[in-house]
Amino acid sequence: MVTTAAALTDGSLASIKGFLKTLSPVDQVGADARAAMLATRSIKTASKKWAIDMAISMIDLTTLEGADTDGKVKAICNKAIRPDPTDPTVPHVGAICVYNDMVATARKHLDESGGGDIPVAAVSTAFPSGRASLEVKERDTKDAIADGATEIDMVIDRGAFLSGDLEKVYSEIVYIKSLCGDKAHLKVILETGELVTYDNVRKASFLAMAAGADFIKTSTGKVAPAATAPVVLVMLEAVRDFYEMTGVRIGVKPAGGIRTTKDAIKQLVLVKETAGEEWLNPGLFRIGASALLNDLLMQRQKLTSGHYGGANYVTLD
Amino acid sequence: MTFEYSGAPESKAIVTIDPLYKLFIGGKFVAPKSGKTFTTINPATEEVLAKIAYAEKSDIDKAVKAAQDGLKVWSKMAPAERGKYLYRIARIMQERAREFAVLETMDNGKPIRETRDIDIPLSAAHFFYHAGWADKLEHAGVGENPKPYGVVGQIIPWNFPLLMLAWKVAPALATGNTVVLKPAETTPLTALLFAQVCQQAELPAGVVNIVTGDGATGAALVNHPGINKIAFTGSTDVGKLIARSVAGTGKGLTLELGGKGANIVFEDAPIDETVEGIINGIFFNQGHVCCAGSRLLVQENIQEELLEKLKRRMSQIRLGDPLDKNTDIGAINSREQLEKITELAISGDTEGAERFSAACTIPAKGFWYPPTFFTGVTQAHRIAREEIFGPVLSVISFRTPQEAIEKANNTPYGLSAGVWTDKGSRILWTAKHLKAGVIWANTFNKFDPASPFGGYKESGWGREGGRHGLAAYLKGAK
Repeated sequence: MVTTAAALTDGSLASIKGFLKTLSPVDQVGADARAAMLATRSIKTASKKWAIDMAISMIDLTTLEGADTDGKVKAICNKAIRPDPTDPTVPHVGAICVYNDMVATARKHLDESGGGDIPVAAVSTAFPSGRASLEVKERDTKDAIADGATEIDMVIDRGAFLSGDLEKVYSEIVYIKSLCGDKAHLKVILETGELVTYDNVRKASFLAMAAGADFIKTSTGKVAPAATAPVVLVMLEAVRDFYEMTGVRIGVKPAGGIRTTKDAIKQLVLVKETAGEEWLNPGLFRIGASALLNDLLMQRQKLTSGHYGGANYVTLD
Repeated sequence: MTFEYSGAPESKAIVTIDPLYKLFIGGKFVAPKSGKTFTTINPATEEVLAKIAYAEKSDIDKAVKAAQDGLKVWSKMAPAERGKYLYRIARIMQERAREFAVLETMDNGKPIRETRDIDIPLSAAHFFYHAGWADKLEHAGVGENPKPYGVVGQIIPWNFPLLMLAWKVAPALATGNTVVLKPAETTPLTALLFAQVCQQAELPAGVVNIVTGDGATGAALVNHPGINKIAFTGSTDVGKLIARSVAGTGKGLTLELGGKGANIVFEDAPIDETVEGIINGIFFNQGHVCCAGSRLLVQENIQEELLEKLKRRMSQIRLGDPLDKNTDIGAINSREQLEKITELAISGDTEGAERFSAACTIPAKGFWYPPTFFTGVTQAHRIAREEIFGPVLSVISFRTPQEAIEKANNTPYGLSAGVWTDKGSRILWTAKHLKAGVIWANTFNKFDPASPFGGYKESGWGREGGRHGLAAYLKGAK
């Protein structure tokens, strides 16, 4: 067993390539079949109730729109603290996820409204495309941390990855991680919809983990397909294998396309039966979503009361 | 707190099990002449499900006569009309799929996930596929004027009761034969539900006849002079007996027998999917699969890593109530089979192989065997040579591709094999040198009605499925 992630590669192209070559390939048909089989798990009654509350506590409640305003951000902060105002037993969500200019608003409003323990995550490094100079990416990250973001969701340079410039991808992650220091957790967005193959997803996952990611995240939410079940499966296998190599547990965050309780529970089944129970907590698994929360709340109300309340019995945001 | 799946049992309400089932002869359910019955049980609970009529020689006479009468109608019918009946049966099987799935799970012990997702849909698919062939036989490449044998005797095993029925009945009917089918003693119920489907489809009387019983019933069928062809799926020992009985009688014969499939894993295999393939190869249907990947041939330099992953994955297998939708491995079909598995596994221990079993909780009632593999197995071990027909895998290492081939082929059987590698050229090279009827590359236990299935050597004669399977039901087919 290697003791630190840094020992896996020295960051040179030859060394990164050498490290990634040690990884087993992924067979697409087999990975799809395994994900489809796990999607048939039937989660009922007590296990469903447990899964719904766990999923709520794992949500990175997200708004990433050009039209975001202080008012919109404050509204989702309130929703994050008390997802269902009629039921205080509902847990708060895992984090708020916003663009970097909204971090200060979110942090201040959470602190003033009883959400001091909910972290703010900022999308960073020229999100969503990652097409900017390192200086811009640096400033983006520093601003977010200065405004109180304790989680940085950076994007990798997919163009560099696809063209084989793995050194650039790796060194950017290492650099952004150094800016995060002990002030912020680093989530690395692979944008799997642009990497396309599962072999690429597995390689990019290991590249990010070796470079110091605390979390690997599927997608920006701006590219389809996003967090498909087989992609999440491949990433969960990667964090499980990375733990075997290094003794370090890296988190996974699917984001994009997870809208229903059924989708969310399928994700938790993937976690349980791939990485294992150790990953079933908000410290190691998050779900990037916005519409999902209300579906979880409606299903929760149904389990509690025995009937569906409908969309007007949960708050819009 | 951890994420424990709550019970998710499929309801039994959809199934009505009669207290007594009679023989299906000439389109009607008729009592056996002797009035004798036997019982069929649920192997997961040991509860008696129903009494079943026991057919003897006089009943077989009656069934063969009914099939001969049926042949007069069926063989003169326009082929497209025969196809319509097959389509109708296929549609009814789909409509009643949940009923079939629940009943199959109760009678056989296999998990509802498998009956629901594999056995029943594939059974319907076989009828759809062969329905399409009924009026196109002269284009099947089996000769210009293909003719049916006549009355076909079919004997099927307990591991895939309805699916094996479909494999046998669909091609026989599409080619214009009529059948007398004997389901396995421990799993007759879905065949008898199929008899009801034949009535519902208004299939002409005598085209399908179903006689229930044991080995003696099967022997009476095999030896009946009115039978023109025998199709058997089951053990190699019984297959040899049948071959002897049929020799010199002029009856046609196809046999699907045992296997000891080699699942070959090279060092560059996609490891997580390979682990899934190994699990699927040997633990699918509790290992009651003639084409199971029951020998894992693994390149020595990745054996340790692969087995660690396999152990971890095996710890995830959910053994228990077959009707629970989350169950992965159900009950062993009978006490007799459990004893056979247990005896062979003990021979692995005494011959010096090392056992690993998943730590499953074994239910108090019923017949169960935990998913198990043995390491340190060599070609000389009984568990490397004999078919266990249970969830027990023998792990054998190799050093070079040539050694893998030699070991894979070093068996009297030759039904199936698997190849796991990222290298396309190695897949082709390995497949070319393997003596097995079915070879899967980077997958295992995949079935399709269009794909012929059958064995080399002691694994059988003839093929089922695809064009080759049609030929097995056409006299003088090339």
